[in-house]
Amino acid sequence: MNLHEYQGKELFNQYNLPVSKGIVIDDPENALKACRDIGGSKWVVKAQVHAGGRGKSGGVILVENPDDAREFAKKWLGKRLVTYQTDVNGQLVNSILIEECTDIASELYLSAVVDRASKKIVFIGSSEGGVNIEEVAANTPDKIIYESIDPLTGAQPFQARKIAKVLGLDPQQTKQFTPMLLNLMKLFVEKDLALLEINPLVITSGGKLHCLDAKINIDSNAIYRQPEIEEMHDSSQEDPRESEAAKNDLSYVSLDGNIGCMVNGAGLAMGTMDTIKFYGGNPANFLDVGGTATQERVAKAFKLILADPEVKVVLVNIFGGIVRCDLIAEGILAAIEEVGVEIPVVVRLEGNNAEIGSQILLESGVKIESKNDLAEAAKKAVELSK
Amino acid sequence: MSILINDDTRVLVQGFTGSQATLHSEQAIEYGTNIVGGVTPGKGGKTHLGKPVFDTVQEAVKNVDPNASLIFVPAPFCKDSILEAAESGIKLIICITEGVPTLDMLVVKKRVDELGITLIGPNCPGIITPGKGKMGIMPASIHIPGSIGIISRSGTLTYEAVKQTTDLGMGQSSCVGIGGDPIPGSSFIDILKMFEDDSQTQAIVMVGEIGGSAEEEAGEYIKNHVTKPVISYIAGQTAPAGKRMGHAGAIIAGGKGTASDKIKTLKDCGVHIAENLVDIGSKVAEVLGR
Repeated sequence: MNLHEYQGKELFNQYNLPVSKGIVIDDPENALKACRDIGGSKWVVKAQVHAGGRGKSGGVILVENPDDAREFAKKWLGKRLVTYQTDVNGQLVNSILIEECTDIASELYLSAVVDRASKKIVFIGSSEGGVNIEEVAANTPDKIIYESIDPLTGAQPFQARKIAKVLGLDPQQTKQFTPMLLNLMKLFVEKDLALLEINPLVITSGGKLHCLDAKINIDSNAIYRQPEIEEMHDSSQEDPRESEAAKNDLSYVSLDGNIGCMVNGAGLAMGTMDTIKFYGGNPANFLDVGGTATQERVAKAFKLILADPEVKVVLVNIFGGIVRCDLIAEGILAAIEEVGVEIPVVVRLEGNNAEIGSQILLESGVKIESKNDLAEAAKKAVELSK
Repeated sequence: MSILINDDTRVLVQGFTGSQATLHSEQAIEYGTNIVGGVTPGKGGKTHLGKPVFDTVQEAVKNVDPNASLIFVPAPFCKDSILEAAESGIKLIICITEGVPTLDMLVVKKRVDELGITLIGPNCPGIITPGKGKMGIMPASIHIPGSIGIISRSGTLTYEAVKQTTDLGMGQSSCVGIGGDPIPGSSFIDILKMFEDDSQTQAIVMVGEIGGSAEEEAGEYIKNHVTKPVISYIAGQTAPAGKRMGHAGAIIAGGKGTASDKIKTLKDCGVHIAENLVDIGSKVAEVLGR
């Protein structure tokens, strides 16, 4: 789960990490008061969306007059911001962060991720900030440090000093950086982060370290124990069908094809999409009905697929391990009755109670193509999608 | 032989009295697996499915001497349950549960490695040695004893590979679902080693998917250390970047972890690739000249 920049900075604040004084508004009329309350004579105004590349797309400006902040808010609130990281529709702007302006002497990079290969949290630091870190890694690898944290001992001050060297910090800044790094680690662990990125981490003209941006991603598996984070969830930043699916505990990803897919198991769901493509068709979605699919959930999954107007045919592919195929068959029939399906449905049932499931479908009188063989089922779905 | 499960495997089930554990323990017992008891805190002293229930793993170890544990407890309690089994001296732990927080797994993985324990999962279908026993949630009926070793990050794709090999008359030595999480207890490499050393296994099917670099690392290992033919299928060729495809670990991040990169690396390492999901079985037959 992603957080907005202003939410990330709220967390930074809680962990004594230096961030700019800022105020979030969702009404342009509050812009003037926000600028006044922050004080100073220059402000940075930033559209809040779950995507990078905002600056290059006009989503961040520097203003010297509060009226300009209000105009910016008027222009963007309720609109969609398109950046190189979003799709063509962009992301809805429903809040704007106004911050005091920071005088920058230099820009650095700092992030932390769970590294799958080493099975550790790894801090990544670079003296080259404000740019794409992948490019720095490719072109000037000596300017990057990767520092792994032992999960049992946690981050140690010496590790902060090591990173500080590569960042090029002076002794005074290193003293400021050491508790910062330990606090970032504390934040990472206590809030179950999957990714934390400060790009850029800057040195101000006064020589102090300052977090100018905050990108945070939380481990979805851990949301149950992070009620404060759960409150921050902004479903407007997600595909509406994907958030509807999530509410029903279904795993769904929208794609741009026309063959709706309902599959049990994430791997088989991906494999089914690939098989459709292999036979010349295009999947409309990824959908895993899960291992404990009840009739109700299957019906909901069906409705979700049919809500996509592009879908011309639905391919149901179930390999019954935990989930019984007769249950799936009943779910399909219940959903068809409930929603009123007018497009063709191809069903492939295999595994646990597959024959009973196929029998239920056959005897229902509903027009369903039932295949035991996945290749045959996929080919049929592709044919019907043309 | 076969790997991980054999005639001496004595299984303890943690979270024994829950509905999923009950369903799958019943099936495992019916399949001939030697389940010696279970643990559900607060229900010690009872009998469930004809087996004794204990409050702690330690009591179970003292009374029924299990050497493997199968975990079905809910995700918030998995870290505790895995560590309980590990600290009680159980050397093979299978965790089926999906949704375990990643940071819990970082600590668990480090500790089980220190103790020299084999952890499979979480978020996995478990393991089966056809004809001998199963610790997991796979439908036993599709398996037959044979010489193909199967390793997979996905449950239902494991079943698909099993069914296809069975349909062509080639059975399985053992099947291991290592799970779809970013931090699995065992990697492809850990299981490849076991299959390479197992005299019953003649060929290995490795089913991978997008996300991370486990397949690439396995490819390097296969090139240098595996003499048996390896056939691989990689799911997610049509998956968009940046989206989590159901499994917590199945995500193309920063342009890394794509199916095409994995397939290319594996091919370069001498692994046989089944391009289409439905061709895994026939690819194995072709490679083995059957």
